[in-house]
Amino acid sequence: MPANTIPPKAVLMDIYSKMSLLYHNDDRARQVIRTGRLNMPYYSFRGQEAIPSTICSQLRDSDTISTIYRGTHDMLAKGCPVDKLWAEMAGRVDGTCKGKGGPMHITHPESGMMVTTGIVGSSMPIACGLAWANKLNGTDDVTVAFFGDAAGNIGAFHESLNLAAVWKLPVVFVCSNNRYGEHTKFEETCAVDSIATRAVAYGIPGHKVNGNDVVELYNAAQEAIDRARAGEGPSLIEANTFRFFGHVFGDDDAYMPAGEKEAAKAGDPWPNYRKFLTDGGYASEADLEAIDEAHKATIEAAVAFALASPWPDVKEMYIDVYAEELVP
Amino acid sequence: MSEKINMVQAINWALDDAMAEDRKVLVLGEDVADHTGGGVVGITKGLSDKYGRERVVATPISETAFTGAAIGAAMMGFKPVVEIMLMNFMTVCSDMIVNHAAKLRFMSGGQTSVPMVIRTMTGPGMGSGGQHSDFMEVWYAHTAGLKVVIPSTPDDAYGLMRSAIDDPDPVIFVENMPVLWTPGDAPERGSRIPIGKAKVIREGKDVTIIGYGRVIQNANAHAAKLAEQGIDAEVIDLRSVQPWDVETVLASVEKTGAAIVVHEAVKKFGVGAEIASTIHEHLHGRLRAPVVRIGAKYAAVPFSNVLETASVPSMAEIEAAVRSLVGVPA
Repeated sequence: MPANTIPPKAVLMDIYSKMSLLYHNDDRARQVIRTGRLNMPYYSFRGQEAIPSTICSQLRDSDTISTIYRGTHDMLAKGCPVDKLWAEMAGRVDGTCKGKGGPMHITHPESGMMVTTGIVGSSMPIACGLAWANKLNGTDDVTVAFFGDAAGNIGAFHESLNLAAVWKLPVVFVCSNNRYGEHTKFEETCAVDSIATRAVAYGIPGHKVNGNDVVELYNAAQEAIDRARAGEGPSLIEANTFRFFGHVFGDDDAYMPAGEKEAAKAGDPWPNYRKFLTDGGYASEADLEAIDEAHKATIEAAVAFALASPWPDVKEMYIDVYAEELVP
Repeated sequence: MSEKINMVQAINWALDDAMAEDRKVLVLGEDVADHTGGGVVGITKGLSDKYGRERVVATPISETAFTGAAIGAAMMGFKPVVEIMLMNFMTVCSDMIVNHAAKLRFMSGGQTSVPMVIRTMTGPGMGSGGQHSDFMEVWYAHTAGLKVVIPSTPDDAYGLMRSAIDDPDPVIFVENMPVLWTPGDAPERGSRIPIGKAKVIREGKDVTIIGYGRVIQNANAHAAKLAEQGIDAEVIDLRSVQPWDVETVLASVEKTGAAIVVHEAVKKFGVGAEIASTIHEHLHGRLRAPVVRIGAKYAAVPFSNVLETASVPSMAEIEAAVRSLVGVPA
């Protein structure tokens, strides 16, 4: 196994900036939900920030992604505007989807955020089609399908990996293994100890990485994305991580063995990556704080924008069902 | 006498003409490429030889993956025509159809759309049993965001397929197997039949028979026999189930004062219920009798020919309903 390459400083700082935005956005979302001003199902990604921050640091604007209900971090990392995201979470007309999709169905094609699904596993078949379009168009754009470990046990995962391999599609399958599918442990539901090993069944590379380690993620992402851009086909990355706020907002984690979450905190990418950057001399505490403060200001403005945005007109019920507006 | 072709050829022509005109039109599904036979009944024959295996792709038997791939490609501006060989197989990938193809336009606030066609064959009468024959059009008609068409003649099939490919939204194109090989007038190349427009295939004044697929063609032939006995039925081939042509149906029933809705899908909770109810809502005071619904028995489609025949609407059943509504006993 060759030693991992440390990304250039500019990339390290881009990844930090993304992580900071994600971290503070999640923090603020949980706060605002607690005040009752946001009424939505919220699947916190806290603990998983390093994964999309690193993967998306290697993507272009014209690359596309698909993600899932626990996907706000993927959207933001890909460049979905913070204010429109918040307005969508609030169900307002200025949201990415005019309030009609909600947090589980964010779409923002301008940033390549093509589809967010609330169905486990369903980000992958559609990603195959997005990637197929890249191939048919003769571009070297790639598609990333984000999903969780539980999706590794549904048919769509296996069908999609097989199809992508047979068609040599420019797609990277990124599994965030946060050790739980809803409330049930990974070990209770998966017959193998690593999702990445399943790549063997489809003749594609499988990378098992520490999903809290930016350097490991970066190296796997580069290899997988380069392979896809070169027309050599798909790869599977299993990024091992942990979610610190359970399945859905309000989850009391009663199903977790005592001490598991506390132990996982040793791997929390947020403080660890900050330490990596300051210890390595890439940035000072003050540099990082300046980035944090800028994002916090953006998020505050987004919250205000979202909560001041009007509710959609009820006539929206009849619009976008089909291209042609329905007659009530 | 105009040229006669069958529906297999007509759909082939429609795909061929659409692919020739627009490089964004793709065909995918099990066995659709020429080296795999050009489709199980030959509907896609010649297309991969002509347009290449990049655009005409034989897929693994993975309905979820390839329907999802069609959705993704459609979102990126392609116009995939995906074959899900038999309608029962659509249940395998209903998540892709119902949760995604149907809803992405709405849930994205109109930012994305899924201009795809799903071609699928079905219909009792082939001795194919309970998992290869079901008419499930109502499942998809009930899902906002999908359109459903069921042609019964070659020229309708051609024109509806061209409209389905042109359509900016997902269209389920149902190919009723027993009438696939029935000869009919050849379509005019390039013609379109609007989705949502029914066709009055026989004019009459005594009673309206509404349906689609094989059964409405059979009912039409039977209506010609009844005409010899002085019973003058109007016959409407709906052609599109969602949206359906409320205007044409109501105009006809307003004239005749009586209606029968017939389909080979199960009667209970079927399309006929929606049509009958709509007629009652609009024309209650003008009907001589409640609308009669005729459909398949509430069971799986049986294999044994005796049972299969008994499970679907018979001409005797339709005739009895007609006679009852016009007050002319046999």
